[in-house]
Amino acid sequence: MNLDTNLLMSIGVYGSAIGLILIGLYAVLIKKHLTKIVIGLSIIDAGIHLLFIAIGYISGGTAPIFSPAGEKIVANGGIMVDPVPQALVLTAIVIGFAVTAVALSLVIRLYRHHHTARIDQIKSLKW
Amino acid sequence: MKKLLVILLLAVVAYSLGTALMSVKFGENRLGKVQDEETVSAFYLNNTPEKLSVANVVTAIVVNYRGFDTLGEVSVLFLAAMGLGSILYHRHKEGEEEEAILKPSSQLVQAGSKLIFPAILVLGAYVFIHGHLTPGGGFQGGAIIATGFLLMMMAYKDYKVSHKVLTWVESIAGVTFAGIGMWGLIVSQSFLENTLPIGTLNNLFSGGIIPIIYVAVGFKVAAELTGVLDTLLNIKDKH
Repeated sequence: MNLDTNLLMSIGVYGSAIGLILIGLYAVLIKKHLTKIVIGLSIIDAGIHLLFIAIGYISGGTAPIFSPAGEKIVANGGIMVDPVPQALVLTAIVIGFAVTAVALSLVIRLYRHHHTARIDQIKSLKW
Repeated sequence: MKKLLVILLLAVVAYSLGTALMSVKFGENRLGKVQDEETVSAFYLNNTPEKLSVANVVTAIVVNYRGFDTLGEVSVLFLAAMGLGSILYHRHKEGEEEEAILKPSSQLVQAGSKLIFPAILVLGAYVFIHGHLTPGGGFQGGAIIATGFLLMMMAYKDYKVSHKVLTWVESIAGVTFAGIGMWGLIVSQSFLENTLPIGTLNNLFSGGIIPIIYVAVGFKVAAELTGVLDTLLNIKDKH
């Protein structure tokens, strides 16, 4: 029973992370509108963050904060989850924001120049 | 045809990711024994409360153990804000009719956002001041403050933030971060060395340089995100 719930949890969490990555990749590859492509990149980001946090999780673990409550849990033999993936994801979220902001500004610039943001209508992209 | 190819590619990606993750059991303890410091995470968990007296281990990793990385991250954010401004720079031509993309909002929204705006600022300040005690920190608190400014910009069509003030806040915060790093180099051996007294665990004034750096990061992120939002919202549409 215990093993089964664990398997279900892993399929659910890893599955949703992979699902988000695939949805984002699909949007990047298929969609023609540049804003939708940028949204796809953001969705890939979200999937990767979820995957990182899921890999750092330890079942029954608490947040890695030594507040009075957290210290009590550790003193009673409890464990804390891995803090390193959480710190890395904090970095990755900020970098993701920066990438999205610059990508959107480039989309705005392209729209101003070509009066369309659909990549199949921008003639100079074709050769 | 193209769609079929893409779906095939996605299936390959899904299969390879899935088989790779099959060997990574969900919820398995990969830290080893924390007391024996078998992994780097165990080292952080074992040493942070005693040696740094910072309650939040994630903050200790981001600001202290990987402080140089965070300095780089803040510079990336600064470069993104600056790049946004230079990419979107638009010389105003004479005789060109332009129209702001923002539409005025209703009186209800305007009154409500005026009411809630100071509360959002206080929440953001709380989050970054207590970054070493509770979940949160400079980046999160700065983002919260920027949402407050976003609310005001959306509610009031002619709400202006002074770019001069934003630049000064950003520069002073950045110089504080780098200056604390240099201070560590002067007083002790390495850049960003934690030279201040660390205090006792779970006090507001604990952790040496960590709260100071996180407050500086909070101000910097708030100013940068507000600048980015202001740049993006003040785009004029050609008429």
